[in-house]
Amino acid sequence: MNPGATLLLALAVPLAGAVLIAAAHRAPNLRETITLVTAGLLFLLVASLTPLVLAGERPEAALLEMMPGLSLKFKVEPLGMLFGLIASGLWIVNSLYSIGYMRANGEKHQTRFYVCFAGALASAVGIAFAGNLLTLFVFYEALTLITYPLVTHAGTEEAKRSGRVYLGLLVGTSIAFLLVAIIWTWQVSGTLDFERGGILHGKVSDSMLGVLLALYIFGIGKAAVMPVHRWLPAAMVAPTPVSALLHAVAVVKAGVFAVVKVVVYIFGVEEISGLWSVDWLPFISGFTIIVASIVALRADNLKRRLAYSTVSQLSYVVLAAALLTPLSVIGAALHIAAHALGKITLFFAAGAIYTAAHKTEVSQLAGIGRRMPWTMGAFAVGALSMIGLPPAAGFISKWYILQGAMATGQWDAVFVIVASTLLNAGYFLPIVYRAFFVAPPVGEQHAHGEAPWSMVAALTLTALGTITLFFFPEVPLALARQLAGV
Amino acid sequence: MITPHFPILQVVLPLIAAPVMVLARRGTLAWLLAVAVSWAGLYISLALLAQVADGGVISYAIGNWPPPWGIEYRIDRVNAFLLVLVSLIAAVVVVYSRASIGAEVPREQQYLFYAMYALCLAGLLGIAATGDAFNLFVFLEISSLSTYVLIAMGRDRRALMASYQYLIMGTIGATFYVIGVGLLYLMTGTLNMADMAARLQDVTEVRPVLAALAFITVGVCLKLALFPLHVWLPNAYAYAPSAVTAFLAATATKVSVYVLLRFYFSVFGASAVFAALPMGKILLLLSLAAMFIASAIAIFQADLKRLFAYSSVAQIGYITLGISFDSVTGLTAGIVHLFNHALTKGALFMLLGCIALRLGGVRFDNIRGIARVMPVTSFGIVLGGLSLIGVPATVGFVSKWYLVLAALESGQWWIALAIVLSSLLAVIYVWRFVEAAYFREPDPGIVKLKEAPLEMLVPAWLMIAGCIYFGLDASLTVDGASQAAATLLQGIR
Repeated sequence: MNPGATLLLALAVPLAGAVLIAAAHRAPNLRETITLVTAGLLFLLVASLTPLVLAGERPEAALLEMMPGLSLKFKVEPLGMLFGLIASGLWIVNSLYSIGYMRANGEKHQTRFYVCFAGALASAVGIAFAGNLLTLFVFYEALTLITYPLVTHAGTEEAKRSGRVYLGLLVGTSIAFLLVAIIWTWQVSGTLDFERGGILHGKVSDSMLGVLLALYIFGIGKAAVMPVHRWLPAAMVAPTPVSALLHAVAVVKAGVFAVVKVVVYIFGVEEISGLWSVDWLPFISGFTIIVASIVALRADNLKRRLAYSTVSQLSYVVLAAALLTPLSVIGAALHIAAHALGKITLFFAAGAIYTAAHKTEVSQLAGIGRRMPWTMGAFAVGALSMIGLPPAAGFISKWYILQGAMATGQWDAVFVIVASTLLNAGYFLPIVYRAFFVAPPVGEQHAHGEAPWSMVAALTLTALGTITLFFFPEVPLALARQLAGV
Repeated sequence: MITPHFPILQVVLPLIAAPVMVLARRGTLAWLLAVAVSWAGLYISLALLAQVADGGVISYAIGNWPPPWGIEYRIDRVNAFLLVLVSLIAAVVVVYSRASIGAEVPREQQYLFYAMYALCLAGLLGIAATGDAFNLFVFLEISSLSTYVLIAMGRDRRALMASYQYLIMGTIGATFYVIGVGLLYLMTGTLNMADMAARLQDVTEVRPVLAALAFITVGVCLKLALFPLHVWLPNAYAYAPSAVTAFLAATATKVSVYVLLRFYFSVFGASAVFAALPMGKILLLLSLAAMFIASAIAIFQADLKRLFAYSSVAQIGYITLGISFDSVTGLTAGIVHLFNHALTKGALFMLLGCIALRLGGVRFDNIRGIARVMPVTSFGIVLGGLSLIGVPATVGFVSKWYLVLAALESGQWWIALAIVLSSLLAVIYVWRFVEAAYFREPDPGIVKLKEAPLEMLVPAWLMIAGCIYFGLDASLTVDGASQAAATLLQGIR
């Protein structure tokens, strides 16, 4: 099959899956089978493009001309390939997990849940393979809207309130800033294509470049750079599989992915390197890293702690891109992959704890590692990856970011990374310690074991993935190198 | 053989159909006739658009009296586009109206309804087709008078008051218009618009011409409900029968915008209006006020029809904002939004009519949990709402894109910001519906209800499908609009 057709098929498969899932709403087993088959098929399609991209090809496809001169079109470049692989690959594992979670917790509206999930994945693939900013924006907005029913799944007052924050911030920033930035870019450069070296060079004054970059960074609310991060903790009201795949992987990674793409392909790394008007970006992302870590340190609710950890880790990617060196760009791309695997493991574990023990707070977790050794073992691996210790994938990405910072003498960035590593350790290690080495409170008679097997299997797989990525980072690394052009 | 007479047939068919309906006094027959003339009108308008697509102009002399002595119908790319829009909406709404009007208007009055509907359609098409300033006034009155009757047919007694209010305002508007035309006639001695434009060049005494411009601007802006001359609109839309609201919201104000465009660009000339006078700034400020104030008022409405009526006032602000830039992109934005908003609002009011059919009203406290019993209708309203917000892949996005582009081109980045910020207000009022329809527990009375009948859902969803289709592939509408804009900016030929 020609690569362009494969690409379009990869977009169509989750959509077709969504339709079939809706049609199978009376037969839950068939419905879940369709989800799994769709996820598997999507991953195979995406994976089949990988050798081509690694060989330097850039599969392309155009769909239709939205406005004169502006098409909805797709082009697979290394970063999009990486994001597509992560999102579609983890969807398989996450579906396995969802089935266990949704059934064990007796959630309502499960068909709607799976339909929206498939729609979200279609949007994520659209973002990953977007060939220009317009296409990226279309799928970016689609992802926000399709995940809204997932965030408000419970239908309670709290869910409704969180839905408002979620939608208000994501739609608000994207329309008020991102859309203006895109139209502005179109007006000055006459193109919205992603091109190496950027499309803005020499077309706008230096100070305007700074303004445009600000519009992009704060317009891409999904990257959760402070102060537009509030939607992410709000989204935690969703069922845990949503938090795991969407608010640790697909949605938030779509955000930082878009940031890296804009920096690399719209502004151009070398073109804006050393420019005075863009040098605020490392500070704002560094600020987010530290402050979000401090908030996480003080959060007792496990999912809230994980959410703020995500905010902090996302800004690693933004910071890495903002350092504007090839090495740090490699680090940014790798961190998208590494954080995805690690954070999904952590959320899986949090969901497993909730399902098996009905516990949501960190302070309740004393001794839980003895009842749920697999879950807490996986949690420990995920925590190591967050801190950036070997043998977990987070080490590699942090290594590259640090190298990039040191090579260009950006010592304040080095300081931020070191300080946040300590903070990460400060809010993750006590959980692991308490789970394994503190005795459960006397009188707690609630007997429980591990969560259902499909959930345990899913979190074990992603934990193994985190370690595997440390030992065999070849494919992501090759893609990241292509992105950085080294 | 018949093709050369299309310009007049476009207007005369519904005009003749109306008295026939009154004579026949049968509701069903009247409806069939209304369907026939509406769809024939759509065919004619498309044929006319095809004829002028290459930039030509059709001049049709009524009764073979050559212009400027006789009345001339003059079709170019601008009004051909509008004729298609009006005919399209009319053709869709008339199918929808059978079930809706059947429930909302007493049986013995239904034939009158369709007669008025045909008259209103004839009036609107006539305004668009004619090249004669006084003939335009005649059609303006035909459409207005029939509209007053249509609004008064609403089943809420407050419809009478709304109709009366509109009667007063509409009459003031029409009178202002005719005073303006009278002044122009005084100065040029002609009523043919093209002729008038040519002779205005030689007029040395500008004061009466300025007065004419002022009278016509205020008169027409009353009809198109430019803020703050919009006060008649919310009540009229809220209390009229659902089908009437859908039809009026999609066509009447749009035709008035066309009149404004015609006079500004083809009679007075863009340079006289925008360069010599501060009309651009005035329009800009009023448009911005409409966008923000009307949207803000919409947020606090308790009735969905009123909410979307205020939203219409805001959206008209976007159209006039586009015009105020006096540039190709700005005019393109204004004209394309004219089309896009007609589709969106037409669809939304039709879907609200579906709910009104089942519930009897569309107040927020009535529609709680309505999405459970009317999922197709509710989802349609959500999609239409997304188009109002301007989410990509809907027509609203295309409009916004060109508006922002026009603002940036004119170097006024703060207007670009104002456009996107005001569209965020739409998020709030659209989401009020989402939360009421999807998150509230339905009242026991609602659970028993059924989804609306297909003969209403299909036309409404056809319009929603149009909102999506022209949002994904806007080349047709944007090309049409930009050609119309270019024609307008060429000015007087």
